[in-house]
Amino acid sequence: MRPFQYTRAPSLAEASNLTAGKDTLAIAGGTNLLDLMKLQVEKPGKLADINRLGFADIEDTGDGGLRLGALATNTETAVHPRVRSDYPVLSRAILAGATQQLRNKATNGGNLCQRTRCFYFTNIDQPCNKREPGSGCGAIDGIAKLHAILGTSDQCIATYPGDMAVALSALGATVEISGDKGERSVPVCDFHCLPGDTPWIENILEPGEIITGIVLPAPVGGKQIYRKVRERSSYAFALVSVAAVLELTNGRFSRADLAFGGLAHKPWHDPRVGECLLGQVPSDALFDKAADILLEDARGFGENDFKIPLTRRTLHAVLSQATEDAA
Amino acid sequence: MTVHFKQDEPDNSNRLDGMKQGVLGKPLPRIEGLAKVTGTAPYAAEYPVENCAEGVLVTATITRGEVTSIDRESVLSMPGVIAVIDDEKLCTRAAQGTANEAPMQGPAQVCYWGQPIALVVAETFEQARDAAKHLNVEYRVEEGAPLDPGAVEPEEQEGETVHQGDLAHAMVEAAHSIDVTYTTKGHASAAMEPHAAIAEWDGDKLTVHASLQMLNYNITELADALDMEEDDVRLISRYVGGGFGSKLGISEEVVAAALAAKQVGRPVRVVQSRQQVFQTVMRRSETTQHLRLAADDNGKLVGFGHEALVSNLPGESFAEPVLQSSHFLYGGENRELMLKVARIHRMTAGSVRAPGEAVGMPALEGAMDVLAKKAGIDPVELRLRNIPEDDPEEGLQFSSHKLAECLKQGADAFGWDKGLRKPRQRREGEWWVGTGMASAARVHNISEAKARVTLKADGTALVETDMTDIGTGTYTILAQIAGEMLGLDPKRVLVELGDTRHPRGPGSGGSWGAASIGSAVYVACKAIREELAAKIGTSEDKLELNEGKTATGESLTDLLEGKDLAREGHYEPGDIEDDYTASGFGAFFAEVRVNHYTGETRVERMLGAFGFGRVLNAKTARSQCIGGITWSIGLALTEALEFDPRDGHLVNCDLAEYHVPVHRDVPDLDVVLVEERDAAASPIQAKGIGELGMCGGAAAIANAIYNACGARLYDYPMTPDRVLAAMPD
Repeated sequence: MRPFQYTRAPSLAEASNLTAGKDTLAIAGGTNLLDLMKLQVEKPGKLADINRLGFADIEDTGDGGLRLGALATNTETAVHPRVRSDYPVLSRAILAGATQQLRNKATNGGNLCQRTRCFYFTNIDQPCNKREPGSGCGAIDGIAKLHAILGTSDQCIATYPGDMAVALSALGATVEISGDKGERSVPVCDFHCLPGDTPWIENILEPGEIITGIVLPAPVGGKQIYRKVRERSSYAFALVSVAAVLELTNGRFSRADLAFGGLAHKPWHDPRVGECLLGQVPSDALFDKAADILLEDARGFGENDFKIPLTRRTLHAVLSQATEDAA
Repeated sequence: MTVHFKQDEPDNSNRLDGMKQGVLGKPLPRIEGLAKVTGTAPYAAEYPVENCAEGVLVTATITRGEVTSIDRESVLSMPGVIAVIDDEKLCTRAAQGTANEAPMQGPAQVCYWGQPIALVVAETFEQARDAAKHLNVEYRVEEGAPLDPGAVEPEEQEGETVHQGDLAHAMVEAAHSIDVTYTTKGHASAAMEPHAAIAEWDGDKLTVHASLQMLNYNITELADALDMEEDDVRLISRYVGGGFGSKLGISEEVVAAALAAKQVGRPVRVVQSRQQVFQTVMRRSETTQHLRLAADDNGKLVGFGHEALVSNLPGESFAEPVLQSSHFLYGGENRELMLKVARIHRMTAGSVRAPGEAVGMPALEGAMDVLAKKAGIDPVELRLRNIPEDDPEEGLQFSSHKLAECLKQGADAFGWDKGLRKPRQRREGEWWVGTGMASAARVHNISEAKARVTLKADGTALVETDMTDIGTGTYTILAQIAGEMLGLDPKRVLVELGDTRHPRGPGSGGSWGAASIGSAVYVACKAIREELAAKIGTSEDKLELNEGKTATGESLTDLLEGKDLAREGHYEPGDIEDDYTASGFGAFFAEVRVNHYTGETRVERMLGAFGFGRVLNAKTARSQCIGGITWSIGLALTEALEFDPRDGHLVNCDLAEYHVPVHRDVPDLDVVLVEERDAAASPIQAKGIGELGMCGGAAAIANAIYNACGARLYDYPMTPDRVLAAMPD
């Protein structure tokens, strides 16, 4: 680990000031950042500890929604009574990730900002355009079983590894951000970026901006499902995951909000997939049509070709489950 | 006084069964368990050593070539940095098990990506690690190093080839024949405690605390690497946080710490990072295995073919002994066996738990299931019909053979349905449910061993040997053996292990520890009993000892008259090794669920029945079996080393990305310990159990996957992508 300065940010404004500097990173739970610092993937000269800034509460919003403090831990969020009753897909997604020990320490804001687990990103002796722009992508033509099939570029095929943000995308949540230019809200769906020619840019946070909360809209009806496919049954990143909020009225889909993990550099949310289901009677043909839309531009890199049929089958499983439960 | 016993004949006396203390075989908890779970048992890197500097290995970022320059100045000015060591004695690979000589040295020659090339020493670990990452190294790269085992012309491994009869003809003529090819991926030991050493010099005398399995060999390897006399070296490994083969020989950090400590004139600690342990110590070779089985109408084998391709670095003698149990497990007069080694530039391949059978048995037992299906015979029955009378190649008699009992007792305990087996008969929601089974076999290894037992004047006993306990229960079983022989509660027996100042044991490896060192303790105790018997005018075989007293009421303390009574037991396997084929046997039964949509496989329940001679401690033996079965689950479903196709580096080099099973992957496991006394295995009638539990278990899972969903897979691990590719519509 390289020597670094550690500062406890006394206020949100000061945290913004500190992290506006190029060399400074904010630290909350640190479950991802400290690992990356030991590997020298991350090399901040200064860490601004934001743990004592407040915004750790989980509280009702005026309009029936729920605000999750950015510094609330993943565990606190997953076990919160309202999360469990009104947003079970979120609770399940969080509990499907990491381990109990990591979830106890990891925060909601940090979870959104976690970095890819691409093998070539975490090995500083290998090329990676995300870590070292212009050095190349080791994963393309390398070991790419876990890598993306949607929204890739010739610069990067890494995936966003998290589960929580996939559920938040399906739930239509927004991220509350504070910075020196004031506050703004961004839908979770628009928070993460595709790699394009700038794979080192992973989300829309500007220097000095800090996530303060995540707002869930008022709960809706229907069945909520989080389905994570993986080789071992815990402590593994998703080969593919599906977060779904689905409702059937009179035998037809009346709600279909879907987001996917393990497929891209961001939680994948293609509104056309849900739209094609609305008003339709569930059938294998319909599910295939949804999968066709979802996977229209999917492209494998050899080792991860299987993700294309696996995604199709997993979508079938989720839609079948919702249909059977409703029947 | 040393008592030497060389075993040339089977020992059917079963003396231990006649002893009166009644503690051997009992499920006693591990003596050192409390110290370990409370963090008070120091592991190698945890010994408090004053003024200790910290070393971090620097590893190569090329596949093959030469280090042309190391820019020491680039790091010597960094805070806390003391030295950069690139001594030609630095080891570039770990020693193979029982090598008894230094592993490859000379860090300037690079043979694989990740090879240690230097050591940076600093005041703190963080300073050393930072400097190690900043060290500028220049190379002359030798392009074109072969990396793909399938793309080079392999060498035939000597001593493995068998041509008997005419297998090709038998395959054509036989009522049933199958010809299949299985593959397995590389595996890592993934021991919890990383490889670590603290080296201290006192003049020309060297002491190293290290995490090692076989001190008796390791001291020779270290002395050889440093051009020293063994008498000037002391190795200490009292507690080892798992080895699984990766600590059989000394690894790079041991020699590096010793050289650095000499050079900087103070103690030096070197701990390999998790990534370095994965990338520089040992991999189990991947395998490609061609199996041909031919059987008559009754399912009796008439032809048996098993040919395997494995890989290793140039210059390594070790070749994953895939065919080890295939030579004797089943009959069949027409036989073709051959092992080939591809020389490639991935990291060193060596022993990982149960080298050979760990991967050979899952392939063979998968093939047996294919044959059972083709011949329409119940898989348990097929195996029962093919247990040979004698070793089918050597013609030797078996020392003892419990495969049939294991198959029968295991099938009963599991509730094996002997009805007609067809895939896809049971569906629960999205899940296909099915069962499968496989035989287990693991050759019996045994070695020369020495231990000193002292019956103390105060009526307690002391056992001393440089044997290690790598988490298997050695401390406890030795206390039980000594307690049984000397009529003492094991609590009154102090066991001192893991120090080369003690008599030389065999070390822990190849499942030979318990039977070998247990026999040395037995020999020493027997000699002490002879002395005691003489004191009361009886013979040793009539001496009864229980709770520190003889049958006639004399206490040991009275008999000893204030003097300690010490004997060194020296056990040596003699002709029994050549006169018999000896092996542990067993049977696995598994029930699995396979998800129709996703191809995910989860093990619902699993049972193993094992015969491995005398059970020395029913708890630690069962734990070994459970650990083995857990490894079987990993081998079957998740564990796979992935190597970059362009530079050969190990890509998934930590516990997050190399997927050993987690708790949720391991259901309740059931173990049946089949009663056995193997008179030709050892004087204590025991064989090994450290490895048997994973020798074939993966096939029970693979065969259950087929029974569940109809997907017949030939490639381990059977990950969702592979299951889906083979899943019928």
